[in-house]
Amino acid sequence: MELPEPLLRVENLSKVFVVGLFTRRRIDAVKGVSFTIGRREIVSLVGESGSGKTTTAKIILRLEKPTSGRVLFEGRDVWRDLRSREDILWYRRSVQGVMQDPYGAFNPFYRVDRVFKQMFKLLPKDMDDEERWGLVEKALIEVGLNPRYVLGKYPHELSGGERQRVMIARALLVEPKLLIADEPVSMLDATLRSGILKLLMKLRDERGLSILFITHDMGLAYYVSDRILVMYRGELVEEGHPDELIESPRHPYTKRLISDIPLLYRKWSDI
Amino acid sequence: MPPLLKLDDVYAQYITRYGTVYAVNGVSLEIGEGEILGIVGESGCGKSTLARVMMMNVKPPLHLVRGRVLLQGVELNRLPRDRLKREVWGKQVSLVPQSVMNALNPTMRVRDIIRDFVKVHNPELDDDEVYSMARDRFEELGLDIRALDLYPFELSGGMRQRVAIAIATLLNPKLLIADEPTSALDVSTQKVVLKLLKRLWNEGIVKSIVFITHDIAVVRQIATRIAVMYAGKIVEVGPLEEVIFKPLHPYTELLISSILTPEPEVKKRGLVEIRGAPPDLRTPPRGCPFAERCPYATDRCRREEPRPVVIGSRLIYCHLRGGGAA
Ligand SMILES: Nc1ncnc2c1ncn2[C@@H]1O[C@H](COP(=O)(O)OP(=O)(O)OP(=O)(O)O)[C@@H](O)[C@H]1O
Ligand SMILES: [Mg+2]
Repeated sequence: MELPEPLLRVENLSKVFVVGLFTRRRIDAVKGVSFTIGRREIVSLVGESGSGKTTTAKIILRLEKPTSGRVLFEGRDVWRDLRSREDILWYRRSVQGVMQDPYGAFNPFYRVDRVFKQMFKLLPKDMDDEERWGLVEKALIEVGLNPRYVLGKYPHELSGGERQRVMIARALLVEPKLLIADEPVSMLDATLRSGILKLLMKLRDERGLSILFITHDMGLAYYVSDRILVMYRGELVEEGHPDELIESPRHPYTKRLISDIPLLYRKWSDI
Repeated sequence: MPPLLKLDDVYAQYITRYGTVYAVNGVSLEIGEGEILGIVGESGCGKSTLARVMMMNVKPPLHLVRGRVLLQGVELNRLPRDRLKREVWGKQVSLVPQSVMNALNPTMRVRDIIRDFVKVHNPELDDDEVYSMARDRFEELGLDIRALDLYPFELSGGMRQRVAIAIATLLNPKLLIADEPTSALDVSTQKVVLKLLKRLWNEGIVKSIVFITHDIAVVRQIATRIAVMYAGKIVEVGPLEEVIFKPLHPYTELLISSILTPEPEVKKRGLVEIRGAPPDLRTPPRGCPFAERCPYATDRCRREEPRPVVIGSRLIYCHLRGGGAA
């Protein structure tokens, strides 16, 4: 019997940046990374800043070209097999990103409505405006916002948590199958984080959405994930079920990372 | 023995052409010799403003509109700025601000930053004496002395933070105030910075530390006492473990239960959400500042400001705990 093809398969992905004007230097941002994401699965990619998480996300979102390796979505190589404009639109509808800074994504001079309008070109051409705004309202309600409260507002009139929900609603508009969430709560206070994490889990359970959750915070990954991938200096060093990984990390880097995380119930004895 | 630092009913406001921000609203707090006090609270609740008030580094648009700041009984709020600069800052109380880059002049090498800093207080020392003092201290604290010859931007984030702390404590101030010293750092680097602070305290280089953070799991590793701040007020203060494991103020309870650390006790509890957002400090609410989001709030909470109640070694501002008007 053959195993079903996962939704996303990343194979031996590498990205080298060459920087510097006079003394050219190679930076291996991503080195031979392979993993899969199944349907209805939240997979976390955990690592410290500079470990290559965002570069990996950008390659999957087709914002950055890999140096080598492949990204297969539903079996199609997204850098080789998407030829027509239609293919690309299909991919952009299927895979959506929600990025780190919910404020940076907005233009402070335009109302929130604009971030939705920018998505309209990905909606079916025969849809009229009324239907489109109907979808926006549905998406806002789904992320726990009141459309009448949010639409028409300027970004600074919304809290950080509300802005992040708006960005998630925007991504949902085109009914993606995979959401790439890059540090979606790192700018938020702890009291607002749980709401967003709960929302992501609800979207997985109710919509069957798959999510790549990128974070530097193992605590968050431990809560939302079905599986955790640990990235260190461009490489995947360990993968596992959250409880397994926290209780018995195997790679030296993961071991150190986990022993350095400040906890509530266990106080460090070595400081 | 009087406390090292005492804030007595302090109100501090940013007064601008566009309006007033009520950033600190009636804070009373004592910091004893030998303690590490953690101050925790959400973004914008007034932590950094309180830090500025603690050393009376208060200049427009920030104003101290009421209350007193006493350092070993001396009213700092009565001293002119130039005396504070010469006699208090750096020598008695030192602050490592939230953005270290602002603290370290980017156009100067670390050793020259140190020279200028020391000479404000000890103009009689010559450059070589200052450098050798800096080298000795860096060695004592396990910091690479090569950092002295570098510019701040050449240092990694963690090293920059440690250098800023080493400079701030060079003249052995009694009190060190560290504003979010670990927030921008990876966990392993956070630990290195915490170790440095603990060492300064263990070796008596500083007597007391105020550690400001929004991360309770971090402050848990180092503080002896903790104060929880909300909308410009302290709502609960007491011994660290008591407050964390048996919070008495509803806000403390919710704040603690929103922490997500990777440990089984916390996972069992699940995800707890606080509805709504903190109030806008341009228009602070009447009554208890948390009433709007508090699951137990009554009419009285929305109307009357709670007064402090002492329960054991804790101080709580909550009507539910008997903080009603006398
Ligand atoms: N220079 C200023 N002028 C006017 N308002 C200010 C100024 N600095 C701070 N504020 C306001 O004062 C309030 C308290 O700010 P403060 O920086 O003390 O909060 P904080 O608790 O340190 O926040 P954070 O956790 O984000 O560092 C906020 O509403 C802030 O917008
Ligand atoms: Mg601050």
